[in-house]
Amino acid sequence: MALLITRHMKLQDRRIWVNGIVEYVSEPGSADKLFRSVYHHYDIDYPKFFKMDNLCKLAFLSTEILLRGTDILQKYPAEEVAIILENASSSLEYDQKHVESIRDRNKYFPSPSVFVYTIPNIMVAEIAIQHKVKGENAVFILEQFDPGFIYDYVSELFRNQQVSCCLSGWVECYGDQYQSFLLIIEQEDKIKGFKGLHKYVIFDTANMLELFKGKSI
Amino acid sequence: MIEDLILKLRKEIIDQLQLEGITPEEVDPEAPLFGEGGLGLDSIDVLELVVLLDKNYGIKIRASKEGPKIFYSVKSIAEYILDQQKK
Repeated sequence: MALLITRHMKLQDRRIWVNGIVEYVSEPGSADKLFRSVYHHYDIDYPKFFKMDNLCKLAFLSTEILLRGTDILQKYPAEEVAIILENASSSLEYDQKHVESIRDRNKYFPSPSVFVYTIPNIMVAEIAIQHKVKGENAVFILEQFDPGFIYDYVSELFRNQQVSCCLSGWVECYGDQYQSFLLIIEQEDKIKGFKGLHKYVIFDTANMLELFKGKSI
Repeated sequence: MIEDLILKLRKEIIDQLQLEGITPEEVDPEAPLFGEGGLGLDSIDVLELVVLLDKNYGIKIRASKEGPKIFYSVKSIAEYILDQQKK
C-alpha cells in the first residue's frame, strides 16, 4: 500500500505556498495582522476565527488553504480522516496569558476564553469542528519539525486501517514567530484517476523534509 | 440611567467577547444574545459575561439557573445590574 502526499502547503515569513508555488504574500506586520489579512484574502467567513488564539488561527487558516479545491471531506467518511500535528511551543503564549490573569489574588479574573486555549489540542478541535472530522487526532510537542515521527505515526494509522486520509504536519506559533506546513496523505489506490506520480509525492521522511525546506521534488 | 448603562454594556460586551465587525450601535439591547437572531454567543461567552459582571460591577452570579434570565439580552443584564446595585 503506497502512501502519497497529494497536496501540501506552507505559511512562513508572510508567504503562503501551495504545492510549492507562492500563492499569497502579505504586507509586513504582526502575526495577528498577517492572520487577519490571510483570512480576508481567502474570503473566509467564520466569525469564531476572531476569538481564537494565534496558534488556532494559524492551524485553522492553514487547513482552509490546504483543503481549498479538494474533495477529500466528501470522498472519505468523517471517521476515517485523521489530524496529526506537531509543534514546539505547545500553547505557551496563552498559558502565560492565563498565568498573568491569576497572578494577583486581588485582581483574580481568569478569562474562560483564554483558559480554553491553554492546551495545544484545541487547534485540532477547531479544525475538526469546522470540517466535521471525526477520525484519530493528536498533537505532539517536539523540539523541531520531525518528519520521521510523522512518518512512523501516520504510516501505523494506515497500516491498522484506522484511517483513509490524514492531515498532518507542523503548526508552530509563539508571539510573532509562526510557521505551518501541512500535508494531505492518501493511499494510492483510493485516488480517483491515478495516473502516476507526476502530481503527487511519495510519503516518506526525506520527501517531507525536502518539502518543508521548500525544495521541489 | 438604564440607557447609559445599556450603552456602556454594549461596548463592554463587544470588547470582552472580542466580537469582530459589530459596533455597539448595531447591538439591539432587547434582542436575545444567544441563538438565532442574536449575537450567536456560545457557552464560553456566557462564562465571559459572568466574569465581566464580577470584574466591572462587583456582581457575582452564584446560581447558574438564574443565567438564562439574566443573560437573555443586553437590557436584561442592565436591569439585573441596577437591581443588584440597589441591594
